Amino acid sequence: MTAVRRTPLYEAHVRLGARMVDFAGYAMPVQYTSIISEHEAVRKHAGLFDVSHMGQIEFEGPAAISTAERLLSRPIESLRTGGVRYALLCNDHGGVVDDVTVYRTGEQSLMLCVNAANIEKDFSWVVEHAPENAAIRNASDETGLLALQGPASQSILADLTPTDLEDLRRYRFTTGPVADRKAMISRTGYTGSDGFEIYVRASDLEEVFEALLERGASKGLEPAGLGARDTLRLEAGMPLYGHELDDDTSPLEAGLGRFVEPKPEGFLGSNAIEQLRANGLSRQLVGFEVDGKGVARAGYEVEKSGKIIGSVTSGSPSPSLGKSIGMAYVSTEHARVDTSLDIVIRGRRVAAHVVDIPFVPTPGRTRAKAPPP
Amino acid sequence: MSETEIPANLKYSAEDEWARDEEGRVTIGITHYAQDQLGDIVFVELPEVGRALEAGEVFGVIESVKAVSDLYAPVAGEIVAINGDLESQPELVNADCYGSGWMCVIQLADKSELQSLLDAEAYGRHVQERDH
Repeated sequence: MTAVRRTPLYEAHVRLGARMVDFAGYAMPVQYTSIISEHEAVRKHAGLFDVSHMGQIEFEGPAAISTAERLLSRPIESLRTGGVRYALLCNDHGGVVDDVTVYRTGEQSLMLCVNAANIEKDFSWVVEHAPENAAIRNASDETGLLALQGPASQSILADLTPTDLEDLRRYRFTTGPVADRKAMISRTGYTGSDGFEIYVRASDLEEVFEALLERGASKGLEPAGLGARDTLRLEAGMPLYGHELDDDTSPLEAGLGRFVEPKPEGFLGSNAIEQLRANGLSRQLVGFEVDGKGVARAGYEVEKSGKIIGSVTSGSPSPSLGKSIGMAYVSTEHARVDTSLDIVIRGRRVAAHVVDIPFVPTPGRTRAKAPPP
Repeated sequence: MSETEIPANLKYSAEDEWARDEEGRVTIGITHYAQDQLGDIVFVELPEVGRALEAGEVFGVIESVKAVSDLYAPVAGEIVAINGDLESQPELVNADCYGSGWMCVIQLADKSELQSLLDAEAYGRHVQERDH
C-alpha cells in the first residue's frame, strides 16, 4: 500500500480543525465544522476548497492541439486561448477514461485538469497516444488549486487581485496575481454556484489560501471540505468519476451526450459512441428524489414492481432542497421524469421518483440558451 | 475528555451508546464522540414501543450526510418510550446528545446487566485508543 499523500495545505487544514479522510490517495478535509453549514455557506455566500489533489497535464508543441483533438470528445482547435471546455477522454470501446476540463493556454499549448484518482492513468493514456513532437508533462505536484465558490466569490477575489473579474465570463480564464502570487484564474467550478478555480504554484498555495480566508471572512467565506463539495455537485447534477462515470460507462448513458461533438476525423472512442447512439441505450443515468424516509447511497439497488432495474451511483440529503436525492443508472424504459421507483435502503423498499437533473438551478444553465461553452 | 463530552454519571457501551439508569428504566442515546464522528445527522430510525431487545441487537439506524450507522442496544429489555422529536428534528442528536437528543427508554430485563457497561473513565480510554 502506498502512503497517503498530503497537499501543501495539510497543516493548515489540521489547524482549522478539519476532519481528514483518505480520498484518492490524498489526506483531504471532509469537513471543518459541518457539511450542511459549509454547503449553505457556498450557496449563500462563499466557500473555499483545497482541490490540489486534482491533477494537471500539460500539452505543448506543434502536435499538442492535434493530439488533444484526437483524444477529447469536443473540438479543441476551435477553443481560443483563455477558453475552458469540459470534455471526456474515452477509450476504444467508448467508455470514459476520465472527465476533464481543458484549458487553452496558448497557440500550441493546453492543460487538462483531471481527477486525482486518475492522474497516473490519464498521463499514461495521453503519453501512449501522443506523437513524439507533442511534449506531455504531468504538472500535478507543482500545481496548487483552490476553488472559491459561491455568489460572493467575485467580490472576495476582487479584493485580492487587480484582474478584471467582471468581464471574466463562465468557462473563461485569465492570468493575474492573487495575493501578489502568480495565478491562473478560471471562472469554473464543481458546485453549481458561481465561482472561480485558482491555480497557483504549490509553494504559494498556503499564502493564497490564508489571504482569501482572511479577506473573505467578513463576506461570509468559510473553508469547505469534500463533504460539501459532494453534496453541492450532486445538487448540480454533475457526475463524479468512479460513481457516475468509469471505463465501462458511455458518456451517452451518463447523459453527457452534449459533450460528445462530431468531428471530421472523429476522436478516440467516437466510433463506439456513435454505434451506441444508433443502437439505442439500454440504461441511462437519472436523478431521483426519495419520497419516503432515508438516504439512498451509492450501490443501493433500484427496483420497479419488485424487479431490479438499476443501482444508485450517488445519493445524499440535499441541504438546499431539504430532501433526499440521488442519481442512478436504470433501464431506459424506466428513465422518464416522474417514473416511480423503489430504492432498496437496507432491505426496505422506499418510494422515489425520477426528476430532472440538475436538482437546483446552476449558473451555466440558467443564463442563456447558448450552447455549452 | 471533558465532563460535557463524557458525563461521569452515565454508563457507556463500546459501540458509543450511553445509558442512564433510573430504577430499571434506562434511557439510551449516542455519545458526543459518536455524533461528532457522524457529523450532521439527518435521519434517525427508532423501533416501536413494546419491542423486546437482546443486548447487542440492532434497534435502529442513524444517518448523517456522509454515513449510515446501526444503533445497538447496550442492554436487554423492552422499549417503553422513544424520542418522537427526532423524526422531525434529528439534528437534536448533534446539538444535545445527552439531553433532548436521547433515543429511547428500555425497561431492563436484568438489572445486573448494567455492570457490564463501561464507566466514563473506561469509555474515555476506549475512545482515545481508537483515535490513535
